[in-house]
Amino acid sequence: MEIALVLAVPLFGGALLALLGHKRWAPELNALMSLATLAAAALLTARVIADGPVTAMDEQFFVDPFNVFLVALTAFVGFTTALFSRPYMRIEEHDGRVNAARLRLYHSMYQLFSFTMLLCLLANNVGILWVALEGATLSTVLLVSLYRTPASLEAAWKYFILCSVGIAQALFGVILLYFAAERVLGPGGNSLLWTHLYEVRDQLEPTVLSLAFVFLLVGFGTKVGLVPLHNWLPDAHAEGPTPVSAVLSGLLLNVGLYAVVRSKVLVDGALGSNFSGDLMMGFGLLSVVVAAFFLSRQKDIKRMFAYSSIEHMGIMTFAFGMGGPVAAFAGLLHMTVHSLTKSAIFFAVGHASQKTGTQNMADIRGLIQQSPTVGWGLAIGSLAILGMPPFGVFTSEFMVLTTAMHEHSWATPFLLTALGVAFAAIFGKVQPMVFGETNARRLPHSPALVPVFVHLALVLMLGLYIPPYLVEWYRQAAALIG
Amino acid sequence: MEQPLTSQLVNLLAAFLLLIAFAMLSQRRILTLIKLFAWQGAALAVSTALVAYSTGQAHLYFSAALTVLLKVMLIPWVLHRLIDRLDVRWDVETLINIPATMLIGIGLVIFAFSLAAPISEMASMLTRSTLGIAMASILLSFLMMIVRRKAVPQVIGFLAMENGLFFAATSATYGMPLVVELGVALDVLVGTFIFGIFFFHIREQFDSLDIRHMEKLKED
Repeated sequence: MEIALVLAVPLFGGALLALLGHKRWAPELNALMSLATLAAAALLTARVIADGPVTAMDEQFFVDPFNVFLVALTAFVGFTTALFSRPYMRIEEHDGRVNAARLRLYHSMYQLFSFTMLLCLLANNVGILWVALEGATLSTVLLVSLYRTPASLEAAWKYFILCSVGIAQALFGVILLYFAAERVLGPGGNSLLWTHLYEVRDQLEPTVLSLAFVFLLVGFGTKVGLVPLHNWLPDAHAEGPTPVSAVLSGLLLNVGLYAVVRSKVLVDGALGSNFSGDLMMGFGLLSVVVAAFFLSRQKDIKRMFAYSSIEHMGIMTFAFGMGGPVAAFAGLLHMTVHSLTKSAIFFAVGHASQKTGTQNMADIRGLIQQSPTVGWGLAIGSLAILGMPPFGVFTSEFMVLTTAMHEHSWATPFLLTALGVAFAAIFGKVQPMVFGETNARRLPHSPALVPVFVHLALVLMLGLYIPPYLVEWYRQAAALIG
Repeated sequence: MEQPLTSQLVNLLAAFLLLIAFAMLSQRRILTLIKLFAWQGAALAVSTALVAYSTGQAHLYFSAALTVLLKVMLIPWVLHRLIDRLDVRWDVETLINIPATMLIGIGLVIFAFSLAAPISEMASMLTRSTLGIAMASILLSFLMMIVRRKAVPQVIGFLAMENGLFFAATSATYGMPLVVELGVALDVLVGTFIFGIFFFHIREQFDSLDIRHMEKLKED
């Protein structure tokens, strides 16, 4: 019941905003629908806290400790981003970058994007997960090209082609998976259900599954933005509207990684070796190192933070690849704190670039003078994402590093170097943007900075204290991922 | 080994599918490319129906009907409308070095067969040898997307890849569960429409559907 509600609200919102999205109060309606989604997700979470894992609708949907916190996170960030997008898109309209018709498209697609991501997380059927993930690409591609500038069209085309081709590889992986599952579970829709597959995972054909995993990793990995499949990511983040960058980084990448990790659990059970883990560690480490070195070469502020997302997704992929309770726990925590921190940074970045009229970092100066909240938001957010204690990112990165030292000591120098390089690059570029003489203007609508500080406060809290049920979910999910 | 007639027919159609994939790779005219795509859809539908007939899987008939409706009729029609509106119906693309592309294609086919060999061993009797062909046509469509420089042929390459995937599904497993197949079909349809919208935006901005204009976003 709660699951149906979580899915129905954004779907209905998408339809509603397709009709009313051009009205003057559409941004409020958009935020309201996202709030309703968050309320439904809260109900679902309360239910899971009370009763444990649930399935619904003939087992087609399910919630377990691994996806419940992601559902809550997706609904939460979806809501705060809608709050941020309210003044942001108004200012964009004021500046003449979008018109009412495009705002209607934007609002409708924003809700549909939430729907597809929640469907992805809640679907028990691997095939439906695939369909929903492709749906997430389809619903965001027109958002990336919303400004219709040559650069944004190019970014959207790249995003569309690369992600579609990538996800087509994943479909082949799903077909292979079904091929293996069908011999054990018999034909029909139920042999693609995660819950059924997990029960028989040690009976699945290892050769087929290892090949399937390669395709699934490449396919879903494109969505995660793993190097060398990351080319779409910086462009799509830099050229689209900032709320879209925030949800892409904060939510979509997580959902892609969720699909990869679910597949890994299955394949590990069938193979009994660390084949999938090794592959993920390789891709993860490569992403961390390559992204860190690209960071210092960036001139566009949104591009830089997009590369930082690739780096962090690499850290998570590496953590899940190592496996074991501590690393998996760290990976899950990192998914949460990265999502909160990165979306907060994008909120601050969005207003900063509106104030200065540019995304070029060399032209953004002295934010703190004109608007202390934007300046501090960006400064604190950057420190948090760079893994400064006492923020939550520090906790998770520390756990990943100590596990790596213990079990895969060869990887530690790479990780530490990359983290150091990333620190130097981001800190060195954020500092002059925040302090110094200002060139910023006043905005025609007052910026929404409450979400920034709410997110950062949550990240700070997760660094100091994690609520017991969250710990319990992380533990159970980590035991599942193993 | 004596094979039943249906199995031989499926193999024949599989060969046909591969042939069309090669033809698409070397075809310069957009109009002919769309025709080839429709033929590929038709071959896919007939082979799906044949598998349905010989195995008695009723839902495969439905899938075959869906393929005819979507990939032989609707999408080619949409593409025809699009190239008319965009006035690129008679466009001829200059392809560089077709023989080299063909040779790479042959290499891909061999690679696909060797990759599929261990899995084909386990596949059902009826469609044993077709998994390699399915994988080969996926890779060939992939190659086509890489070598093409214009938007419309790139999209046709993408749709052809989807055809290869569907063929893989029928050949390896007698088709995916119906709900998944419907979802995939919906995605493909929505995707085609979005591509269509894109063509107009791209043309408006760049005065051409040549992707070469869209290589500005690079790391420097």
